[in-house]
Amino acid sequence: MTALGDPTRRAIFERLADGPLAVGAIALNLPVSRPAVSQHLKVLKQAGLVIDRPVANRRLYSLDPRGVGELHAYFDRFWNHALRAFKAAAEQRGEESP
Amino acid sequence: MTIQATDTSVRASVLVEAAIEHAFAVFTEQMATWWPAGHHILEAELAEMVFEARVGGHIYDHGVDGSESHWARVLAYEPPHRVVFSWDISLQWQLETNPERASEVEVRFVADSPERTRVELEYRGIERHGEGWEQMQAAVGSPNGWNSGLAAFAHRLGS
Repeated sequence: MTALGDPTRRAIFERLADGPLAVGAIALNLPVSRPAVSQHLKVLKQAGLVIDRPVANRRLYSLDPRGVGELHAYFDRFWNHALRAFKAAAEQRGEESP
Repeated sequence: MTIQATDTSVRASVLVEAAIEHAFAVFTEQMATWWPAGHHILEAELAEMVFEARVGGHIYDHGVDGSESHWARVLAYEPPHRVVFSWDISLQWQLETNPERASEVEVRFVADSPERTRVELEYRGIERHGEGWEQMQAAVGSPNGWNSGLAAFAHRLGS
């Protein structure tokens, strides 16, 4: 089974998309125990999707930017390129029929 | 535009010298006039691109060989202010048949003046594609990695 094939891990991953969180905050409102969440985080870490770092006396989890950044950058380029082309099309046609 | 590496959405906006109704129509019904050339997943050459202007409609590509690729579902259609469509293309550039694993695009049109419109686009839910994330992660930095895959994709499609 792949790391994101599990619905709870998907939920954790999506939660981390909004920013770094400690285990307690991740586990909030999830239908599994906190130790189970820790276990899921371990799997996500091993898959290279999540990283953790110690902050004060706790551990913060976040998405691994090496995995996320590449794809994000691709779509960022794609949509900016697409919008420029859209602008040109919209303005060109605007001139034809003012 | 700043890229936030840990963000799973992309935002882009553009100011268009056109009335809001016109901008909306060009973005939706006339999508074929501006969609980046080569960016479709048909095997065959693209014959036309169709935007079905209603909720529940599709955006699909017609190949010259008669093939069709329904790569998006129109989720919201509120002319001339807002349109939302799904992105039913997996990270392996295949049609994604499970709607829960599709990302989506929301586009908002705001009239700046009668002749000028701000178009704001948000592409979100990249993480929903799931497995591709891991493949991509494993591939980053390798010679046959994500970027070379994209390059091959772009080359194959002639863009």
